[in-house]
Amino acid sequence: MNPGERKKKLGLIVNPLAGIGGRVGLKGSDGIETVKKAFAMGAEIISPQRAMETLQDIYPFKDEFDLFTYPKGMGEDEAKACGFSPIVLGEIVPDQTSAEDTKSAARKMVDLEIDLILFVGGDGTARDIYEAIGDKATVLGIPSGVKIHSSVYAVNPHRASELIKMFLKGSAPVREMEVMDIDEDLFRKGQVSARLYGYLQVPHEKGLIQSAKSASLGAGNNRTIAEAVVDGMNDDYYILGPGTTVKAIGDELKIEKTLLGVDVIYRKQLIGKDLNEQQLLGLIEGKNAKIVVTIIGGQGYIFGRGNQQISPRVIRKVGKQNLIVIATKNKLLSLKGPLLVDTGDSECDNYLSGYIRVITGYNEESVWKIEC
Amino acid sequence: MTKTNSKTTKYQYQEYADIDTGYQALRWHEPVIYELSRKGSRNEIIPNAEKEIQVKVGDITKKIPKKICRKTPAALPELSEPEVMRHYLRLSQETFGYDSGVNIGLGTCTMKYSPKLNDQLAKLPSIAYLHPLQPEETFQGLLEIMYDLRTWLCELSGMDEFSFLPRGGGHSVYTNACIMRAYHRANGNLHKNEVITCAVSHPCNAGCPSTAGFKVIELHPNKNTGDIGLDQLEAVVSDRTAGLFLTAPYDTGVFDSQLGEYAKLIHSYGGLVALDQANFNGVMTRMRAGDIGADLMHFNLHKTFSTPHGSAGPGAGAIGVKKELREYLPAPLLEFDGSQYHLNYNLPKTIGKTGVFYGVIINVLKAYAWIMSMGEQGLREASEWAVINNNYLIKKMLEVRGVDIAWPNRRKLQEARFHLQKMKEETGIGSAEVNLRIADFGIQTFFESHEPVIIPEPVTPEASEAASKEDLDRFVEAFHQISKEAYSNPEIIRTAPHHCTIHQTNLEPLLDSKRTKVTWRAYQKRGLS
Amino acid sequence: MKNSLVHRFIPNSAPGVREEMLKVTGYKTVDEIYEEIPEALRFKGELKLPKEPVSEMEVDRRIKRSLSKNRTTQEMLSFLGAGCWFHYVPALCGEITGRSEFLTAYAGGDWADHGRYQAMFEYQSMMGDLLDMDVVSAPVYDGTTAAGDALHIASRATGGTEILIPSTISPNTLATIRNYADPWLDLKMIDHDPKTGLMDLDDLKRKLSSKTTAVFVENPSYLGFIEDQCEEIAGIAHRVGALLIASINPISLGLLAAPGEYGADIACGEGQPMGMTQSCGGATMGILAVNDSDRFLTLLPSYLVGISNTIVPGELAFSWHTLWDRMLYSTRAHARSFTGTSSWLWGISAAVYMALLGFEGIKQLGKTNMQNTQYAIDILSKIPGIKTPLFSSVHFNEFVINFDGTGKTVAVINKALFEKSILGGKDLTNDFPDLGQSALYCVTEMLRKEDIDRLADVLRTII
Repeated sequence: MNPGERKKKLGLIVNPLAGIGGRVGLKGSDGIETVKKAFAMGAEIISPQRAMETLQDIYPFKDEFDLFTYPKGMGEDEAKACGFSPIVLGEIVPDQTSAEDTKSAARKMVDLEIDLILFVGGDGTARDIYEAIGDKATVLGIPSGVKIHSSVYAVNPHRASELIKMFLKGSAPVREMEVMDIDEDLFRKGQVSARLYGYLQVPHEKGLIQSAKSASLGAGNNRTIAEAVVDGMNDDYYILGPGTTVKAIGDELKIEKTLLGVDVIYRKQLIGKDLNEQQLLGLIEGKNAKIVVTIIGGQGYIFGRGNQQISPRVIRKVGKQNLIVIATKNKLLSLKGPLLVDTGDSECDNYLSGYIRVITGYNEESVWKIEC
Repeated sequence: MTKTNSKTTKYQYQEYADIDTGYQALRWHEPVIYELSRKGSRNEIIPNAEKEIQVKVGDITKKIPKKICRKTPAALPELSEPEVMRHYLRLSQETFGYDSGVNIGLGTCTMKYSPKLNDQLAKLPSIAYLHPLQPEETFQGLLEIMYDLRTWLCELSGMDEFSFLPRGGGHSVYTNACIMRAYHRANGNLHKNEVITCAVSHPCNAGCPSTAGFKVIELHPNKNTGDIGLDQLEAVVSDRTAGLFLTAPYDTGVFDSQLGEYAKLIHSYGGLVALDQANFNGVMTRMRAGDIGADLMHFNLHKTFSTPHGSAGPGAGAIGVKKELREYLPAPLLEFDGSQYHLNYNLPKTIGKTGVFYGVIINVLKAYAWIMSMGEQGLREASEWAVINNNYLIKKMLEVRGVDIAWPNRRKLQEARFHLQKMKEETGIGSAEVNLRIADFGIQTFFESHEPVIIPEPVTPEASEAASKEDLDRFVEAFHQISKEAYSNPEIIRTAPHHCTIHQTNLEPLLDSKRTKVTWRAYQKRGLS
Repeated sequence: MKNSLVHRFIPNSAPGVREEMLKVTGYKTVDEIYEEIPEALRFKGELKLPKEPVSEMEVDRRIKRSLSKNRTTQEMLSFLGAGCWFHYVPALCGEITGRSEFLTAYAGGDWADHGRYQAMFEYQSMMGDLLDMDVVSAPVYDGTTAAGDALHIASRATGGTEILIPSTISPNTLATIRNYADPWLDLKMIDHDPKTGLMDLDDLKRKLSSKTTAVFVENPSYLGFIEDQCEEIAGIAHRVGALLIASINPISLGLLAAPGEYGADIACGEGQPMGMTQSCGGATMGILAVNDSDRFLTLLPSYLVGISNTIVPGELAFSWHTLWDRMLYSTRAHARSFTGTSSWLWGISAAVYMALLGFEGIKQLGKTNMQNTQYAIDILSKIPGIKTPLFSSVHFNEFVINFDGTGKTVAVINKALFEKSILGGKDLTNDFPDLGQSALYCVTEMLRKEDIDRLADVLRTII
């Protein structure tokens, strides 16, 4: 810490039940019945262990921050076990914690202007945090759950501690990351149906020192991408998929684009909100249309995750040549592989495969391969 | 405000500083120059006007209209000459020049020895006291040098004409983008507004055409081959394509195996090919841009051709074009009629200027002197040594725990992109952290990668021909040592440097525009808050 | 294996090392590595270049022989300025910029290259004091590219599509900014008062609109006169939301108002007068600064060396990683930069220059320039047929002489002067045809009374 700086406040919320389904082959731990079933099958609580791995790593820096947490197994026990003297907030009934406890803990921490809220859990926990506080605080997930489709989590508890240290030093900038979840009932039946629930503000690792001559190239932000799309608009119908990058087009046009739904605009006016496949097909029947989508999820899907409404029928009707893919450069570069499609129709997936231009800024496009 | 850079109390990581690295930088704790100021100090450098003139014209400054007179004196420091000398001399000693350290880390920068003779020649009155607008017959000697260098570079590149106007590599690419723009406009092809480049080309290959108004489409190297691949280019080339801006060889040391095909494809759509040959050092005399389809290209005289980097300039760019584009070059062009050298301003289609006068003439002279010192044999030898040194470095570096190389199946020319992904995964120490530590060994910090960083945890050193085997071994030895530290006590690295002039920088005020201060006066007003 | 060359710049070319090192690489010959270049693209011909390496002494001899054909402004009497000025270069400037550490450094970490970053921060700081601005960039290429960068900053800050420039603008600057403005901004010329040379404020008001991104002023102007309406122009521009860009000569700022004092938003200029030799126009440095941190800091396209501290209490750091992702926040792709190697060595020269002269020294330098210039104007204006100064305003160190009354062209007069080893002023007939047979003369501290008297005497005989 540097002289004259305010001591940072760190929050810790452990969802003690997160992840217990995994070890016993249950997919996820959402819902009281599943939890009971898991315990019955001999599941062990793993999230405290995960939390402690991170806490041990950051213990040498304990003087640089104050630690706030929730009682007992929701953080207090773990923190004390690692030698911290945390400030404990709220009250809980031990061993019977629920989503509500996670939410109220998060809300309390927002009220206290905590600089970084750490939470330990899985996709369900991330959804709870999102529902409770949205973008009102900077958060970071320590993965413990079975399902990790959300990109708000560090890769593992040790990388989480690296990020925390960087954040304390001011060298981990914050960006929005997706909260995703799949329907656990469907997942347990072997079907993947990931949905986008929203975005949280998460620090990310930028490297301690960037290359000396970097940044001559202006990677676009959501706004410049939206400007590029809007400037290129004609009298076609525009099907706009979910996500903040697409929503920025709505902001640019000063219309209320839904964040998570599929909307349609025509001549820069919103003519349909949060539409399903049938409604989309009805609207574009006999018309020229375009589809605007962005990458959803860390794996690089542009179809089949969170935008299933834009079905193979819709895609075929619009035509591959009328597909506009937009994404920030950071997002593209964080992908480990190509762009992916999983429309549920392998013929359609094949049809979409090949190189495509992705709009990454005003007057700036990046070429990526779509694979299925 | 505390007096800055004052001698510090006990260093909190003294135990790490006690580890012997064979190097300790000078540490003068030199204050900012304002803190050395003594009111009323004066240096009589420029005299008053002669008495007679003063008497004759009086105090002319009184005739400056009040409204345009300076109101408040500038708060410049006041020091005696020896104090100014000592201050800046100390700052120079606290700088890691090429000459003073092991300087093979800065990939793509082609750090090499700048012969001292050339610096001396460039200071001679016979060049220092030339005015650019003198009659051309009064600087035939300089024009001869410029013309010869132009001719040599034409020969080395296979291009037909050169201009030395640009001040550096980026400026060269920008000037080439202006030429491309002018060419398509002159041919009525206003729809040609797209430029194609790729992520392993220098960022200016995208940024400069964009600044000139082009839409930029960026391709990516194949994960297996490191090349772009003709299929990818075919997917985006169209009638709208104005041209291709590509770096060859890439910063990865890979020479794109289909470069010739790309040029043909771009030409078939009426586009132009602009080659960035900042990385020319390893392929000198081995390939020529003009032979493989480039319509425009550039060299960096401060890289390949040895002119010193000057702490970040002045560099010098040399842009080469094919004869079809000659008339678009910035005026004037150098010409020789068999007895006299001329500056030809009669270029109706010229793009005009992108900078003033004729370019960085002192570096034109230094590059000329360097090529003369080398001869064709020396150039070939230098190139070969850049490549051998690099390949030696590759073999040795890959013995270091946690170090890997991108595109291992490819041969590497002037440099290579190593990466520390494994080290990062296993120890939390990646390239940024290692870069904090390496200068503790008397080795200049290394270049990681240009943006976009497609290979995480990148390390891109470049051993030019001027590196000795001992330098290379020392570099590798330092990496071994740092790797050991990463796997045993990474805290040594995270808190580094310990043997440099200053310690680890607090980046926070530098990355937050609300807190950034770039002048002493701004810092005096608000500190770092 | 061929018997390779031993070259003085290549340490490993000593006998035996090649074999030893190649063995480590696993390649038998270097040609095997060169198979990386596709066969069809490999050059196999003969290069028409000097074949053999040349010894240091021989290089020295040959280049000195070539350069000796030049005739310099030291040997002749020069009245040339027009963007490259003949000023005294303090010995310390040459000494410090000649330090091998500064001369050969590049791109190291904050801690490894601390000295050059501190020197650059000090350049920015002293220039900031001279300009009365809080934000100064590390030097860019030259004064004309600094003007180009200023245009880009303005266009991104305001979104306007037009820039208003004085009709007396430097043709050097104009030629460069024509490219920089394309395709973002239209350049529109504002008339000048034919008597004073000053900007015609009525014409300015006529041409100013919501499309105006900025008004560009030069002070001193290219034609040498002092533009005294800067504050009024700033007011007029600001009323419609446009910016004021001021192009300055740094050594005039001991006497003339600083851009920050009259409300300029962006300042630019050529730094060559601060310790750089003429070098045929090849030693230049662009000054670039803005006055409003919140509004313009993130729009600067060039390197900034910021101040920070380190993990050791009381220790300062200086770093060029300052706001390194500035350019990521581009709006409508205007004015991305292509920052790379710029002109830092000359920034160090300017820092030494400012530290050495101090404010009083710069003030005195300005006065000497103005007095010498006024003396030249006084005595030249007495020559029949000559009209000078063409503009009635006060001049800094350049002024226009009109030769219409002599019946001779500038070209003829300059040729005749040259025969007497005098370099007459820059011929303005191409760039400013409206001014008739006029030339731009420059008189700095380097000229003595006898030099100016000699010019007058020779001119009398020619005319």
